[in-house]
This record gives sequence, C-alpha cells and structure tokens, in this order.
Amino acid sequence: MRHLLGTKTFAHGIHPPEFKADTKDLAIRQFDFASLLIVPLSQHLGKPAVPIVGEGAEVTRGQCIAQPDGFMSVAIHAPATGVIRKIARSPAINGKMMPAFFLEPFPASTQEMPGGNPCDAETASKDEIIAAIQQAGIVGLGGAAFPTHVKLKVPDDKQADLVIVNGAECEPYLTTDHRVMLEHADDIMRGIPYVMKATGAPRAIIAVEDNKRDAAEVMRKAILPGQPISVEVLPVKYPQGAEKMLITAILGRKVPSGGLPIDVGAVCINVGTTAQIGALLPSGQGLQDRVITVGGPGVQRKGNYRIPIGTPLRYILDKVGTEPNVSTVVMGGPMMGHAASSLDIPITKGSTGVIAMVDDQTDTMISRHEYPCIRCGHCVDACPLFLNPSQMGLLANVQRYDEMASDYHLMDCFECGCCTFVCPSHIPLVQKFRVAKSAIRKAKAAV
Amino acid sequence: MNSLAKTLTIRSSPHIAAVAGVDTIMFNVVMALMPVSLYAVYAFGLSALLVMVTAVLSCVLTEHLLCRVSGRATTIGDWSAVITGLLYGLTLPPSLPLWMVVAGGAIAIGLGKFLFGGLGGNPFNPALVGRAILQAAFPAAMTTWPVYEDRPFASLPTSTLTLPMTVPQYDGMTAPTPLSDWKFNQVAASTGDLFLGATAGSTGETCALLILIGGVYLAARNMMSWRIPVGVIGTVAIQSFVLNLWNPDKYAGPWFMVFSGGLMLGAVFMATDMVASPMTHLGGLVYGAIIGLLVVLIRVWGGMPEGVMYAILIGNALSPHIDSLIQPTVYGTAKGRKKELAKGGAK
Repeated sequence: MRHLLGTKTFAHGIHPPEFKADTKDLAIRQFDFASLLIVPLSQHLGKPAVPIVGEGAEVTRGQCIAQPDGFMSVAIHAPATGVIRKIARSPAINGKMMPAFFLEPFPASTQEMPGGNPCDAETASKDEIIAAIQQAGIVGLGGAAFPTHVKLKVPDDKQADLVIVNGAECEPYLTTDHRVMLEHADDIMRGIPYVMKATGAPRAIIAVEDNKRDAAEVMRKAILPGQPISVEVLPVKYPQGAEKMLITAILGRKVPSGGLPIDVGAVCINVGTTAQIGALLPSGQGLQDRVITVGGPGVQRKGNYRIPIGTPLRYILDKVGTEPNVSTVVMGGPMMGHAASSLDIPITKGSTGVIAMVDDQTDTMISRHEYPCIRCGHCVDACPLFLNPSQMGLLANVQRYDEMASDYHLMDCFECGCCTFVCPSHIPLVQKFRVAKSAIRKAKAAV
Repeated sequence: MNSLAKTLTIRSSPHIAAVAGVDTIMFNVVMALMPVSLYAVYAFGLSALLVMVTAVLSCVLTEHLLCRVSGRATTIGDWSAVITGLLYGLTLPPSLPLWMVVAGGAIAIGLGKFLFGGLGGNPFNPALVGRAILQAAFPAAMTTWPVYEDRPFASLPTSTLTLPMTVPQYDGMTAPTPLSDWKFNQVAASTGDLFLGATAGSTGETCALLILIGGVYLAARNMMSWRIPVGVIGTVAIQSFVLNLWNPDKYAGPWFMVFSGGLMLGAVFMATDMVASPMTHLGGLVYGAIIGLLVVLIRVWGGMPEGVMYAILIGNALSPHIDSLIQPTVYGTAKGRKKELAKGGAK
C-alpha cells in the first residue's frame, strides 16, 4: 500500500505544529565559553566514565579527561582549555545529582584543539573504527545519547544490510540536524564510510523529512558517483525520527517487540552523530561541543549554536536574551524533552535543543481541565506502535501495571507522547505510562 | 540576567498539545445539529420548538441537579448534556405532551448517563435510553404524527400542553410515517420527499440532506467516526437492495430504506456516540454493520415499522465486546491479542 501511494511513511502518528521557521535559515554560530563549564561524567547511557585528571589539573581543549568504564561507556573530553576546579556533584536534567568536572576556561586561551591518533576509514579495521568512536566519546546526538560504538558493533549472528542516516528531525522547534546537513555535508559524507565499514552494511540511505528539501538536495549533491548512498525524502510526520518508525517507513520492516533494529538488518544513526564521526575520527579528536537549537517564543536571539559541552543553561539564556514571561525551559524538543528544574543544568552530548516556553503555553497546558475518557479513539489512531493508550490509561488509574505490560505491551512504548498530544480529555496518558514503567522496573530490580 | 528570576514550571513532556478539547468537540456536535434542528422548527412549527427546547432544558437541568445532589462540580459546561437533550428532542414526535418530554429527559440523563458515572461511563446512548423508556410507557403518544396543513406557528396542538397523567387529545389530522405507510399499506414515499424531509416523522429525522451536511462537517474535523455511519447505511442499502431484487412488492428498495425513518439521524448522530461505540476503525465498521443488519431485520420482520433505536441500543451493548475482540495489532508482534485469548481471558 505504502509503495502504491508512492510515499514512504509509517502508519499512525501525528502532525504537531512545526515551529521551525524561526531558526531553520540561521547558520550555525559558535557560542562563547562560559566562565565555568560543568561536564558530567555520565552523559551517555551505560556506566559513567572514570576521571583520569584530578582537581587542579590544567587541561587542553579536546584532551581526554575521563576514560570509558567498560564497553557500555564512552570517553569524555575537555570542552575548553583551562583548569579543573573541582570534581563534585551537580544537578542533572532528571533531577538527580551526578558527579561532574567543574572546568574554568582560561580567558586568554586561543582554545585551539590539537589532534590525536587519526583513524582512517580506508585502512582501519572494523574493531579499530569502533574503538576510535568510543575513544572520541561519540554518542547518539539525536537525544538518546546511546553509545554509538555499541550500536555499530553488529553481533556475530546478525547482519546489517542498510545504514539509515537519520535526518528526519521530527520534533517541533529543532533545526540542528537541518543546519548540519546544509553546512556540514562534507563531514557527513566522510562519516558514512566509517559507519558502513564498522557495521559491514553495503549501502546507506539518508532519510530527510519533506520540510527540509534544501537539505535533501545538498545531501544528494554531496554523494559521489558510484557511492552506495542515496537520499530518501519522507512525508512530514511525528515521530518519524524514532528508529522503529524510520525503519518501517523506509524498509517496510517492523522491528520485533523487544528487539533491536539490527534484528531486521538495519542500523540507524543520527545525521549529527555521523557528522561528528566524519569530523573527529580523521584527526583523532574528541567530542567537546555540539550544535543546539536555542529557540522558542521566550528567546530573543534564536538560532543554531555550536555550544561547548558543559555550558550551563543560565549562561546560554543570558547570552541570547529572554523575554520576561519565560516559564519553562525545555531541554530537547517539546514532545519528548525534559523541563529543566534549574538553570545550573549544563548542556550535555544528548542535548538537542534549549526551548524557552512562555506563560501562555505553560498556562494552557497546566490549567486544562481533565475530562473522563470518552473513548473517542484518537489515541489509538495516533499511537505509532498500535498500542491501546486509552485502555492502558484506565488500567494505570487502578495501578494494574503488570496487566498493562503483559496484555497491552506497555514496555514497547517509547514515550513519544502522541497519545497525550491528541487526547481531547487532556488525560496525561504518556505520563501515566512513564510512572507505570518505572514501577515495573523497580519491582523487577527488587526481586 | 534580565528575567528568569521567576520560578520555572516543571511538567513532564509533551509540552505542547492539540487544541480541541472534549468541550470543543461537543460544541461542534451541537453546531452540526443546528441545521436539522432549525429545519424541524420550520417544518413542524411551534410545538416542535417547544419539544426540543424542553428536551434540552430537562437534560441540562437534570445533570446540574444530580451533580449538586451528589456533591460534585457541575458538568453542564462540557456540552454533553446539551447534545443528549438535543438528540433526544429530535427523536420525539412534534406533538408529544411536554410533561412526557421532561420525564424522558430526566430518565435519559439520570438512568442513561449519571447512574453509570456520567460522561464517559454510559454504555448506551443516553438520548436513546430516554426515548426507549417513553416508547414503552406511552406507545400511542410516541407514534402519533400530526399533519400541519398551514400556519404551524399560529397555534399549538392541544396535545402539547396536556396535563401530566392525562390522555393527550389530538386535534386536526394525523398522518402515517413513510415507514408505517409501507409496512401496513405497501405505499412508498418518493425519494425526493424523504431526502428533503417533506414527510411526517420525528422532529429531526425527516431531512436526510441536512443530517448528512452536519455529519460531513464533523467527520471532516475528525470529531466523528465516518466509518460507523458508512457501516450502518452501507449494510442497510445492500440488504434492502438484495431483498428488493428478490421481491419488489414486499420489500422496499435501498433508497427508500436508507432515507426513511430515523436511519440517517441514528447512523450519523446516535450510533457515533463515542462513549458507546468501538474505538478502532475496523471495530467501527463491524459495529455499524451489525446495527445496519438489525435495522433491516426489525423493519422487515419485526412488529413495528421502525427499528433504528433498538438496533443502536443493541449495538451499544455489543460495543465493549467488539472492542475486546478487535484490538490493534501491536507493532512488532504477531498478534497482540492472541496471547491474551489463549490465556482464557483470566484476570
């Protein structure tokens, strides 16, 4: 059916307002160094990195300051030339206190980055590329912060036949991937061969949503003749940037429940991550900054900025200027991002956006009257995983969490928020599912 | 630091949402019912206006009073009681005594909705619950259809203001509805009259065209499942087409069956009551088809000329079962529901 219609996409999903016009035409600008950078030891899924420099140490920008602790972990690099003032706990976006480097950049430093051990895509082996990616501290820059080298390491009994370079960027407001595709096409094209070699996949597809035709065109032009890389333009729909949805849209295959993309022969990698691989590996440098959309109605000088890891929110918002009625600062996009509880929280590798929402928006979300479920079925129509959010919501109300998991596939939910977005009764469905999922995880951990 | 001295509001994502709430949807349903309501007043005059206004007021007041009595905040602001009242009023004969209208309205909200926990809890369409009880209690009054020769606004039929517990007196003439004319006399009304509403019948059921306009408006705004009316009307059309081919003297054709009686109003505005209908697309079609099947069965072989009300009530009763049998197949699973059925539905 999808091929008959000539448009590749997945079933269900929603069309939230895009809000991308403000920043999509603004070129990436380098952000200044804050007077104190807070660099958490855990900016990725998996074990936190282990510090290899102590308090008082002078470090150079790009220098490795923490080593990975095991395979499910990545290195961390100094985002600026300066001195480590202390290693102490600092608030993270999830509200927890996490150990972090407090780095004071030298104001007079040129902040030049020395090179390290280059890794050549032509000559390096699979394992060398994977080790180099781990050493470069690269994680999924689309928001999940999953260690990239782990994802690229295909298990012996599986085979990758396609790399999907994810430039869908379906979250409202965010335009970082869009700008990276326009401005760093060369880095992306240099990065793809590394990814293909590491996974052994014979071809790659760059997936771009229809609202970024200019980026798709730039990507298409950057492909050398004979390269097994192509560009696929997909209709705009949320949450197309989710791995499972993207694979279904492009390949028509469905990742089995509880499985991984590699189970259907696909590896998805964010376009920004690919650009970082292409930029860092040839010179042997480490990840120490990233492109972030600073936007939303509460920001005066909106834009896409290259911001050093560890820059506190307060510094960013001060620099770009805020409107007086800012009420919520979201890290990430408005559909899945987290509201910051403090402005001392730093930018990390997983931050895709800093969106300042204003009173009007927050008020409408908070003061909305919650009605009983009227079984309209809008959530069932919206869920890209074909779950039954309405039914699960009713079970969550009476805390029948086990039943939600066993009979309604609660654990498959990746919390895209489509159900809550469409619910005319304003029932916080996805929020209930988060509570249920964490209760189930806790119960499992206790056994 | 120019601002942000104020406290940040913390909420779990999503931080944006679609605008239409339950009250917006309900209000739009009321708007979609306006053309057919206004036509009812035009066609049947002052008595129809009084019946509909009384129906709405009795439903809204009942809801408000029950909320007050049970100590809850009033729920009349969500417009759902208005819809129940309006739909209920549209199913009544234009000359029905007003005290009966009040009684039915109170029953619709009290028995049909409030007893089950209010909005979202009613297993049956409350408007039809009210009507069904009136039909059982006052069969004669509920099947008397006046004919207005002229000036329907100049006077009221005496039946309208009949005192409670007395037998209504009908002045002037009464007419058979197209369905009873067919059932008992084998006379078919013209399709054009049926489509435009130039026949006898309940206040809001006669003009198919205006009902369809309201339905298309709601479906286009995603505030109504179009699959349910398509299921109902399609099934009725196919069945009556086959029966009519077989014996045209005994069984009316599809145009007549589709545009007569309460089918249009029932299929578009009654069967689609979100609370009492299935949630999935396929479920909606199946539910619609069941209702359509029952409509023809009752009309053709039942004792009464009309069967839409009972067909929808039976459909409502089946709806939860349709929902539990027809679940969406979860992404990445073979058949999400099979596992549960294999367990014997224990829990």
